[in-house]
Amino acid sequence: MAQDTLSQSTSDSAVVSVAVSRSRKGIRVGALGFTLLLHLFLIFGAIIMVAPFIWMVLTSLKDNSQAFRIPPTWIPNPIIWDNYPQSLQAESFGQAYWNSFYITAIVVTSVLLTSSMAGYSFARIRFPGRNVLFILFLATLMVPFQLTIIPLFLIMRDLGWIDSHLALIVPASLFNAVGVFLMRQFILSLPIELEEAAIVDGASRWTLFWRVIFPLLKAPLAALGIFTFIGQWNSFFYPLIFLSSPNLFTVPMLLNQFRGEYSTQWTLVMAASVIAVVPILIVYVLLQKQIIEGIATTGLKA
Amino acid sequence: MDYTVQSLVSAKRNSVRRRRLTEALWGYIFLFPQLLGLLAFSLVPLVTVFYLSSVKWDGLGPIQFVGLQNFIEQFAPDSDLRIALINTSYYVLITVPGGIILALLIALGLNKVRGKTLYRVLYFMPYITSGVAVSVIWLWLLNGDFGLINTLLRVWLHIQGPSWLTDQRFVIPSIAVVSIWQGLGFNMVVLLAGLRNIPATYAEAARVDGANRLQLFWRVTLPLLSPIVFLVTVLSIIGSLQVFDQVFILTGGGPGKDSYTMVYHIYHQAFVEFQFGSASASAVILFVLILLLTLIQFALRKRWVYYES
Repeated sequence: MAQDTLSQSTSDSAVVSVAVSRSRKGIRVGALGFTLLLHLFLIFGAIIMVAPFIWMVLTSLKDNSQAFRIPPTWIPNPIIWDNYPQSLQAESFGQAYWNSFYITAIVVTSVLLTSSMAGYSFARIRFPGRNVLFILFLATLMVPFQLTIIPLFLIMRDLGWIDSHLALIVPASLFNAVGVFLMRQFILSLPIELEEAAIVDGASRWTLFWRVIFPLLKAPLAALGIFTFIGQWNSFFYPLIFLSSPNLFTVPMLLNQFRGEYSTQWTLVMAASVIAVVPILIVYVLLQKQIIEGIATTGLKA
Repeated sequence: MDYTVQSLVSAKRNSVRRRRLTEALWGYIFLFPQLLGLLAFSLVPLVTVFYLSSVKWDGLGPIQFVGLQNFIEQFAPDSDLRIALINTSYYVLITVPGGIILALLIALGLNKVRGKTLYRVLYFMPYITSGVAVSVIWLWLLNGDFGLINTLLRVWLHIQGPSWLTDQRFVIPSIAVVSIWQGLGFNMVVLLAGLRNIPATYAEAARVDGANRLQLFWRVTLPLLSPIVFLVTVLSIIGSLQVFDQVFILTGGGPGKDSYTMVYHIYHQAFVEFQFGSASASAVILFVLILLLTLIQFALRKRWVYYES
């Protein structure tokens, strides 16, 4: 029922508790005051969440004399826009953005495709060793990636993939236990009649999957895609280990490099941070409903 | 043709067998990419790292088998691993309870007000941002002389704040605060989803029985929320044991080794000192630690997690 949410019943019961407190000669303000206090608390928290970003932007628009003053200037006056062109010239953010973008795009696409295929296989196809393999996949969820990074590095070295994007793309694309798990769980919940109908009509497994099952996977695929996108875009440890040529760097790596080289020129570093962060924030604000809800439902299922 | 019962039965058995074979083939075909990934990038490295932990190797020279020597060295008194373990434990003890309690409070609050969506967007913003960017921003905020934190302390409370990231007493709590700040959105979103999932009938029944707000929370909401709290706790502990990005950017393990954590220790040994054997041993130790803690939590689950029967 639409009414079946705690929040809905709470606003109803807020009315109830107001009535109750009134009848108990209590103060009517009780319920109202509580909500007010709550809002204050939440606003305070929200400010703390957002203030660092605001400070980042403000600092990026100052020059050194404003940034390093005690007491500090809050609003930059005059506004120095020059930090941005300077940062952009100092390091090739454009190249880094392209790197991050195309690596993430390939990984996300591949994860969605391979995870749904594997999930379908585990959910609907009977083959020998199915249970053992699935348990194996689950078991790897326990393994922190730091455990495998050293051998992975050595494997990449033997393959000659060090300092190439292949080292970042291939492992991430081909192996995603979380994705396989999610897709399997979801596919299990689909009615089997759909497939039975298609088999009766003579469809092969391949067509069955792509024509019947795959179109139904929009919701979990979206959630998985978002998860993977965020993780891949913000990934730092792997590029740190595998990449050494600056023109191959992803955005997080470039920002780290920038911080290292211009460490005391905070206005420039903040400008670089803004450049690194703002595009993702824009995507986030536009898609925030899907992103947050995707994470929430995935968390509930787990 | 000779349709004896025997030949019919065996014909059917053969076609069943053929169908099973095709089934199995399809199973593996669909599984193939992920299976390849699992073998090549998870299982093989997993086995290899256990092997590597028993050797000494710098990646270039000869491999030297040393058995359990690496592990003994890791646990030697005053070893870097011990320092890393202590630092990481301290960090986890601040980050996990702090982060979850805060997230719970915010989720409870958000559940009862209007404007949920706007609040959610704001609270979740740090989580979406890369750990590197977050750390760089906080590096500036926590700057001992000009950072915003110390500036506010000076202007509002007339206190001279410490140099947060270079003061031994405050460096780990500072990193913990940065991590809590970044991770809050995620925990909050999951907890909020859990709260919304609680059927209203429980709360109504409790109110009818005359429960006040506090009783409602302790006796009804919290137990019903405990599976989600359990999930969030497990994920939080695993995640915080693996802290790296913030340490790398904010302090590089410093000052000295005061913020040297487990993963940083592994990284340092492998990719700065080129001690692949020792690094592998540290990685194995971390893995065992995570595994043990997770298993303990699952074992304790029956004690405090309430499931609707």
